[in-house]
Amino acid sequence: MYKRFGDLVAVDGVSFKVDSGEVFGFLGPNGAGKTTTLRMLTGILPPDRGRAIVLGLDVWENPIRVKERIGIVPEASNVYIDLTVWQNMMLMAELYGVPRDVRVSRARALLDSMGLLERRGEKAKRLSKGLRQRLLICMALIHEPELLFLDEPTGGLDVQSAREIRDMLRRMNREEKVTVFLTTHNMWEAEELCHRVAVINRGKIAAVSGVEELKETISRLHTIEVRFEEAVDPSGFSEALGCDVAVLGGGRYRVQVEDVDETIRRIVDYAQEKNVRILSLNVVQPSLEDVFLEILKR
Amino acid sequence: MFKTLERIWAIVKKDIRIYYLKGPVMIFGLLIPLFLYLAYALGRSVQPAEVFSSIISMSLFFTATAVGPVIAPWETRSHTLERLISAPVSMAIIIAGDALASAAFGSAITLVATFFGLLMGLQIFNPLLMILNLLISSLCFSFFGLLLSSPPTDIPADVMMISTLLKFPMAFISGIFLPLNQMPELLKHVALLSPLTYTTEVFRYSVYGEATFLPVQVELLILTGYMLFFIAASIKLHERSLHRRI
Repeated sequence: MYKRFGDLVAVDGVSFKVDSGEVFGFLGPNGAGKTTTLRMLTGILPPDRGRAIVLGLDVWENPIRVKERIGIVPEASNVYIDLTVWQNMMLMAELYGVPRDVRVSRARALLDSMGLLERRGEKAKRLSKGLRQRLLICMALIHEPELLFLDEPTGGLDVQSAREIRDMLRRMNREEKVTVFLTTHNMWEAEELCHRVAVINRGKIAAVSGVEELKETISRLHTIEVRFEEAVDPSGFSEALGCDVAVLGGGRYRVQVEDVDETIRRIVDYAQEKNVRILSLNVVQPSLEDVFLEILKR
Repeated sequence: MFKTLERIWAIVKKDIRIYYLKGPVMIFGLLIPLFLYLAYALGRSVQPAEVFSSIISMSLFFTATAVGPVIAPWETRSHTLERLISAPVSMAIIIAGDALASAAFGSAITLVATFFGLLMGLQIFNPLLMILNLLISSLCFSFFGLLLSSPPTDIPADVMMISTLLKFPMAFISGIFLPLNQMPELLKHVALLSPLTYTTEVFRYSVYGEATFLPVQVELLILTGYMLFFIAASIKLHERSLHRRI
């Protein structure tokens, strides 16, 4: 798919496939084209060229049929703040054509699972940001979608709310087999939740892979963190190892190397030579964040 | 079909709850006929019944076009328009819901004014025709109001400015203050371009039995034509501008 806004090329030939039942992360820095891609996939914004097939249907040939089967949690909270929690839920149930006989029970169950049932009579403007985000998720699930799109679902939330939303997504994917498409720039979250990820940068797909495969294929570097009893001279330490050393403070240092064994040997030699005790030494696997940053660098 | 009607009804309820069932909006609606009557009657020996058709024409026109035009810019700004189009609803359904809510508000205010008119001794010559005119005109003006909000702005004041620039001249040329058959020839031709003219004429006939400039059936037909044109144009233009709002 391609999309331009004036001179700005927002999405430049993006193409990928998401398997049924997986949690798929769509990663990228701000302005990379994540939200524009999501809007094109959900029938909100038409692509200039190309097409999106969602649940076997061309989104722009069958927008209504596609929208009936997907749920969307947008980045910007767009609940009706002058309606109550319950009225927001019922509005969505009516728009999505949820049968009358199950509307109430489904809304109650969803609100209950998100801790909002007791507050169903309150106007949405009285809810905190975290609670509004939960309401948005409830609204997106009222018609039991097969595929859920979430745009930065935990952005700006407190730790507890973000964790609850992540738990809920995991549970929904595992127990109800809902396919989840998640855009985020939170690498830790993507690593926690996603089976596969795509990295988008400047409107182009930079990589698509399973999280572990991506880490293995892209980053040959290993991170070693060492903690000495006391601070050492960073330039001397760097010289001894033959690579750059990051000073973390409190006698802790981090290096990125290809040959782990050789580097550990040099660290031990350095400690003996300087007569300083090693308190801890850890080889850290590259995180998705390391991989992401390396992809962006390329 | 049932699903479509249910979706339109959901939008009507949403609009009424959010935009119309507000104290200031209700008071504005109810004060319009009162102030119009005072404008006619203060300092003159005018009976309410004499100016009733003009008052209800203006009340219907101004109330049915009062809130509808600001819904699209307002919902663009609050991102709730994106919420709506994320759901399986077409632009036609959204516009129909907005227009029906607006028409219901305009009709309700007009009926309240009519009720007070009846209390003051007004006798209506053809109540059924009056109701029919009320229905067609309220829809016609509601869709006209929504047509004004089709430019892709998220600033309600922009739409209000366009709306005011069009609505006030329309009120002056539409035979409300001066019946069509008393107008100068040139103004008469301009008046015939305004849908409000036909609303006023048919109200005048249905309330007092006064002869209309054109046969009343023709005037109703022209009004219906305007209504259909505003329906088609407002849906088409909103569809066209939608993607520039997101």
